[in-house]
Amino acid sequence: MIEGILIGLSTALSLTNILMVMVGCFAGTIIGMLPGLGPMTAIALMIPITYGFDPSTGLILMAGVYYGAVFGGSTSSILLNAPGIPGTVATAFDGYPMAQQGKAGKALAIAAYSSFAGGTISAIFLLVAAPSLSKVSLAFRSPDYFALMILGLTAISAFSSKGQFLKAMMMVVLGLMLATVGQDSLSDITRFTFNNMNLTDGISFVLIVMATFAMSEALTIIFRGKDPNRAAKQISLTELGSIKVNKEETIKMAKTIPRSSILGFLIGVLPGAGATIASFLAYGMERNYVNEEEKQKFGKGSVHGLSAPETANNAACSGSFVPLLTLGIPGSGTTAVMLGALLGFGIQPGPRLYQTNPEIFWSVIMSMYIGMVVLLILNLPLIPYIARILAVPRNYLIPLILFFSVTGIYLMSFNNFDIFLMIGIAVVATFLRLYDFPMPPLILAFVLGGLMEETLRRSLLISDGSPNFLWDRPITLIILLITITIVGWQIFSTFRKKN
Amino acid sequence: MRISPTKFISLLFLVLSVFYLYTAYNIQVFAFDENAPFNARTFPIYLGWAGIILSSLKIILPEKITTEVNHKHLDYKSIIYLIIISLIYAAVILKIGYFISTSLFLFASYYFLGERRWGLMFILSFPFVAAFMYLLHGLLNIYLRDPFLKYIGVMG
Repeated sequence: MIEGILIGLSTALSLTNILMVMVGCFAGTIIGMLPGLGPMTAIALMIPITYGFDPSTGLILMAGVYYGAVFGGSTSSILLNAPGIPGTVATAFDGYPMAQQGKAGKALAIAAYSSFAGGTISAIFLLVAAPSLSKVSLAFRSPDYFALMILGLTAISAFSSKGQFLKAMMMVVLGLMLATVGQDSLSDITRFTFNNMNLTDGISFVLIVMATFAMSEALTIIFRGKDPNRAAKQISLTELGSIKVNKEETIKMAKTIPRSSILGFLIGVLPGAGATIASFLAYGMERNYVNEEEKQKFGKGSVHGLSAPETANNAACSGSFVPLLTLGIPGSGTTAVMLGALLGFGIQPGPRLYQTNPEIFWSVIMSMYIGMVVLLILNLPLIPYIARILAVPRNYLIPLILFFSVTGIYLMSFNNFDIFLMIGIAVVATFLRLYDFPMPPLILAFVLGGLMEETLRRSLLISDGSPNFLWDRPITLIILLITITIVGWQIFSTFRKKN
Repeated sequence: MRISPTKFISLLFLVLSVFYLYTAYNIQVFAFDENAPFNARTFPIYLGWAGIILSSLKIILPEKITTEVNHKHLDYKSIIYLIIISLIYAAVILKIGYFISTSLFLFASYYFLGERRWGLMFILSFPFVAAFMYLLHGLLNIYLRDPFLKYIGVMG
């Protein structure tokens, strides 16, 4: 492991890669800060820029963007009570009241220190857990992978659907349907192309991400522009107050950070869970841990209440890399985008990545930690200036997002069919979002579609067409039982709401 | 009888799934693969049925959480303009080249979204796209096809 860490450090600490982490953190912070634009959009917008990079550099840039976007999301939560991403909603519960009390600078500093600490602790967990899990996951066979993908898709549907599980499952099926367009990987038979040559190679992953996130988010912002509930709140960005944290506040943070980090990391590892659930659970857990006097401060500017979700959401970000790097199966929408980018570089993540491309495996892990340090030393002093980005008018912001989306697709194929297709999918996605059909399950399903068909093919061929492969191996059976429990819980909670 | 938008979308999804399933059954597979436990049709057929079952359940089951959208608060005019501009942009990008089409797209988008500061609109379109092209093509060595700039000799 020490050798691996050194390999990772030597790659991550090259001048180019340090520059990339800095650029990534900075760009991610700016994009993540803008309400409505989250890490998935931020990473998607970076994909065209990474075309010319080597895989490690590209991934390091994206990891920086990821952490930057999560931090940026906290900034808009605290200053505007308008979370840039769902994972920072809980941050606003106590961060915004602090800002209203004239302690915005302090709230941002607490968020930054907590994020750093949460990220650091979880990066250590990742360092220890990932190689061990890689070895364990070598025992996984096709039926286990198939069951694991079913579990991942069910879990993300359960967690991202705001109580509307069926809608999320429909999006999963739609994502898988889109993944079947083009040539079948084994027989080369074309499917669902309707004799259109442009569809023979299938629909590009970048196109789907750009359409369902970057472009449709931009269109949604415009579409809901007249909604008084969504109008951007104005705050004086010149009076942020001091960013210094006193001794009492530091002690409070020191108590909160370890437990929230552990919780965040464990939640992040679970397929489909991620930063949003981690931050809410950490907030709830912290409220139960503190004394009665502190409990009364929750929702009114509590240091514990701000530190807990911030620590947990960053820890969950690191945790979500565990299934991606060790099993090759992303646990969240954001890591699904990262998986797509990895495949674009010709790298198949999974248990063998640790052996075949150790420099990538370790440099991604090390660059996450470097990203944390960069976020702290680069962003914290720049908070008053970065906060001004929130004042960028949407009249400029939206066309620029559309421009980046179209450029990304144009650079990839140099044909306008893909741009038309992207616009069409973006319009459909905009209407689907309007009625709360979640997009992360669609993306995860689209990314996993090919691998899922492949593992199902192998499983069925080995079992000679019998469904026995679903319960022949204990690992497969356990994973499927967990999936059934999640589905059962969704049905139970639906009936409970009814009664 | 008023059908809710969510159920209407589910109905559209049901139609899509039926069409997908019909197309899946008609995928031409090799003769030797016809009776294999798994061929190019198998996975799409499963997906087609899954789509039909899920959308039917959504249509049949009562809605516990209804998503209300106030159409008076939706800015249809701006979004239609933006989509039309984007479609025109996609249609002309190959003919007039990346630089001019992108700059005009940005300029027109700013205008239709209500911006009237002409100087800023210009800076954030033509010079901005030129700088971006230089970054990609000149510094990052990412090929950016622009027949027009190539024709006038600006790009190699």
